[in-house]
Amino acid sequence: MSKIGVLALQGAFREHKRLFEMLGAETVLVKLPEHLEGIDGLVIPGGESTAIGRLLREYALVEPIRRLAVEGMPVMGTCAGMIVLAKEIVGAPEPHLALMDIRVNRNSFGRQRESFETDLDIPAIGAPAFPAVFIRAPHVESVGAGVDVLARYEDRIVACREGQFLALSFHPELTDDTRLHNYFLEMVAARQQLQP
Amino acid sequence: MAKTGTELVKRGMAEMQKGGVIMDVVTPEQAKIAEAAGAVAVMALERVPSDIRAAGGVARMADPTIVEEVMKAVSIPVMAKCRIGHIVEARVLEAMGVDYIDESEVLTPADDKFHINKKEFTVPFVCGCRDLGEALRRIGEGASMIRTKGEPGTGNIVEAVKHQRMVQAQIRRVQGMSEDELMTEAKNLGAPYELLLEVHRLGRLPVVNFAAGGIATPADAALMMELGSDGVFVGSGIFKSENPEKFARAIVQATTHYQDYGLIAELSKGLGTPMKGIELSTLGEHERMAGRGW
Repeated sequence: MSKIGVLALQGAFREHKRLFEMLGAETVLVKLPEHLEGIDGLVIPGGESTAIGRLLREYALVEPIRRLAVEGMPVMGTCAGMIVLAKEIVGAPEPHLALMDIRVNRNSFGRQRESFETDLDIPAIGAPAFPAVFIRAPHVESVGAGVDVLARYEDRIVACREGQFLALSFHPELTDDTRLHNYFLEMVAARQQLQP
Repeated sequence: MAKTGTELVKRGMAEMQKGGVIMDVVTPEQAKIAEAAGAVAVMALERVPSDIRAAGGVARMADPTIVEEVMKAVSIPVMAKCRIGHIVEARVLEAMGVDYIDESEVLTPADDKFHINKKEFTVPFVCGCRDLGEALRRIGEGASMIRTKGEPGTGNIVEAVKHQRMVQAQIRRVQGMSEDELMTEAKNLGAPYELLLEVHRLGRLPVVNFAAGGIATPADAALMMELGSDGVFVGSGIFKSENPEKFARAIVQATTHYQDYGLIAELSKGLGTPMKGIELSTLGEHERMAGRGW
């Protein structure tokens, strides 16, 4: 069984925990570096990216997470999590974890009144379309050579994968559709098979 | 087809604020301090509650200029308050693109019988409560987030504690009841029956539940988290303290790490003087804001 860390500094961490537990994975809430011990994958939930970024630094979580991720640990980021994973954030002086070769634009669909839900085609998980909830959501403006685009909404990249990293503009944790969480667990299982 | 303003989109926005601190600000400079400290949102106001108290008279929606300046200054969500029942103030704030509206007892009510029908709006609303019945009436009207009322602008935590304890105790009671008992309980609480069924099933409110009204120190914020709040609003407590930057950062960290008492001790060292505060017994009945709302 995989043990998934859910970054719990702020935001929708309970919802991710619920979905992973529905799929039979063990979860641990990560607030401090010692909570990273023994996890097979990490999720960075939706929330406010500036608040999460600030708390990552205050509690010296940036370097230990980067080390594990660079060694191959899968990491999934949703909404604010996508921003935290990006190497470049439009209009921000510096990135947070800077793990994915993507350039992210924050709040690119507008303010809260423009937030929306829609059915999104994601070929990697097959039919039917995924119920995607976009809340003051970011999108990916451009991707590096090693990044696979998994989904677009109105020509904007809203889901992508680079090796062991998965970034989504929307919030699968707010729905009962577990396919994307399952997709991430498969990434985690594939990595566990490679390890001795 | 994209759908805006759905229940999921409005409630989901509040879910993203969980574990965070929402700070009252009256200038763009204060908003930037709040954002840099790690606030998850700011409440743009003309006056913080303690100044509203001091000023007296009728308290209304803020000047749109202030709200707009704050919206331009920060990338985090911006909330603003309208008077209870003031449909047009709410529509004006929605038209300006405010991310969340607080239909708030801190302002002088515009309607002495009815709250706004919040289901009609695309923008989500937060409302105050003192007990489970009041929380569920507001959710029934379409509120996507609930907070305790506490006693705003006092820097005294006692009322917020009373309200959160009341809500949590009533939730536990409802959870333990047989379904046969729930209609009578709905009548007794003054709560919509269908929402009470949902509380019975979930063991919590169906929306995010924050604390507000009297939080003045990092330990106050942690106390409200300990009592089951999903996050905290800090009104006068930050910018009426001696050192707003330090208070803001310390309250954010104490909210995230609310059970790490050694850390809260560290955070509380040398912070300077918190806002002065008011002992509740010195406050006349007519000076209390928490009783506003129906």
